Amino acid sequence: MDLSVTLSGVKLQNPVIPASGCFGYGQEFRAFYDIDMLGSFSCKGTTLEPRFGNELPRVAECASGMLNAVGLQNPGIHAVIAEELPRLKEHFHQPLIANISGFALEEYTQCCEMISQCEQVGIIELNISCPNVHGGGMAFGVCPKSAAEVTAACKKVSAKPLYVKLSPNVTDICEIARACEAAGADGLSLINTLLGMRIDLKARKPVLANKFGGLSGPAIFPVALRMVYQVFGAVKIPIMGMGGVSNARDVIEMMLAGAGAVQVGAANLVNPYVCKEIIEELPAVMQQLDITSLKDIIGGAHT
Amino acid sequence: MQITDFAVVKNEQIARDVFELQLSIVNYQLSIAPGQFVNLQIDGFYLRRPISICGWDGETLTLIYKIVGQGTARLAQYEAGETINALVGLGNGYTPVQAERPLLLGGGVGVPPLYYLAKELAKAGQKPIAVLGFKCADESFYEDHFRALCETVVMTEDGSHGQEGFVTHAMPGINYDAIYACGPEAMLRAIYEQAKELPPGHTQLSFERRMGCGFGACMVCSCKTVTGYKRICKEGPVLTKEEIIWT
Repeated sequence: MDLSVTLSGVKLQNPVIPASGCFGYGQEFRAFYDIDMLGSFSCKGTTLEPRFGNELPRVAECASGMLNAVGLQNPGIHAVIAEELPRLKEHFHQPLIANISGFALEEYTQCCEMISQCEQVGIIELNISCPNVHGGGMAFGVCPKSAAEVTAACKKVSAKPLYVKLSPNVTDICEIARACEAAGADGLSLINTLLGMRIDLKARKPVLANKFGGLSGPAIFPVALRMVYQVFGAVKIPIMGMGGVSNARDVIEMMLAGAGAVQVGAANLVNPYVCKEIIEELPAVMQQLDITSLKDIIGGAHT
Repeated sequence: MQITDFAVVKNEQIARDVFELQLSIVNYQLSIAPGQFVNLQIDGFYLRRPISICGWDGETLTLIYKIVGQGTARLAQYEAGETINALVGLGNGYTPVQAERPLLLGGGVGVPPLYYLAKELAKAGQKPIAVLGFKCADESFYEDHFRALCETVVMTEDGSHGQEGFVTHAMPGINYDAIYACGPEAMLRAIYEQAKELPPGHTQLSFERRMGCGFGACMVCSCKTVTGYKRICKEGPVLTKEEIIWT
């Protein structure tokens, strides 16, 4: 059984990657299992300056999923490099995916340049799709031109493979994907959360202080799968597929759609052991499905 | 922090919309401190529900919750013998300090964690005094449990049981040298403003927030404090008076 995959020359021992915003900088999950068994993990979306994020409540629930409007709370890139990465180094020896975000082009490029110098970082994931901040985040990712601009600018200063994380809140995700590829992206991550809302019936007002938030969880899996399938047909660069993945079968389905590796998000918050369980469950599911190497099934549903 | 299945021993209504849930576990070492909480996986709901701990004797975990929405309404339907999965040992609970006369202030379903604390303080030889606040007589619970442990005052907002008023109305008449409180934020703020000066760390307030994971990963329950941003689920739910910033 071969679980390993390679993304833009970066070899991962398996394709299971906790998604950004659902795994912090790894420390919380060390209390549950040895996180070194993961293929990688994508760190909490990091910005140039420290951020508190949005007002509370930042979370709501729905059938088979949840909404969040955290708004990129993070300690800032300097603290991440000075404190989080050294702390992580003792316990995690896989190539890390550094998720970075910003509110202006220069912020993205500065973060990109700084984090790409860090030895632990294997891949940079450019978050141009956060739906919970204003004047940044998703604003870059919903138009092909601005997506291409930020991609090209970051590519210029990045010493590591650059993956662009795409928003599903667009008319045609393939158009954005192609624009990022043409601007030099080494790969793509999709999908970020879908913009949604809930209303408190008693209070007659939105549950989230931010009114809207990003929908994640099993509810979005078919949408994510469809978008990964479409984008796989539209570009030649590798894709990290994500959106509602909750078990080993979902991982294989996502890979058949075209994902070279698979991120797991909301499921970590409900079951902190979920990624460990998926990795342990994969060989048996592969056996059932006559799969000997996961590399062989990427995009397998397209033929 | 541990994740485990519990068997429902008992799930009974003890006041209006308020239920006492007893869960048992066999052959398992759990370390659970007063002020900590569990995060329950409720059938049919995606996110877990955080519930404070009312008691733990090494075999049986007692939780008291109020039906406030669809999730807790479903929880009330669990019957003895059913299984419920829980993340346990969550949060930074109360840190008992050396005190002669600790004052425990609980409001509504903020009362349960103080019962567990009262037991531990009494065990340690302290003489706590408890003030329990409820909306009305129909919503009051656990008075007898507290009376068996310590001096207890009951307040109701409408005066239908005990004395009329809020828990803070009872404070001026009590001599205390530490405060442990849990309840609605307006109550905590009133306590904060009315409490007499005590040494640092001697006024401990437990907060409630909508949570995602309950173990510090998702950042949805963050708050600003004097010593930086904190997560109510991880560095909280108990904060000391000195670090609180009201918003």
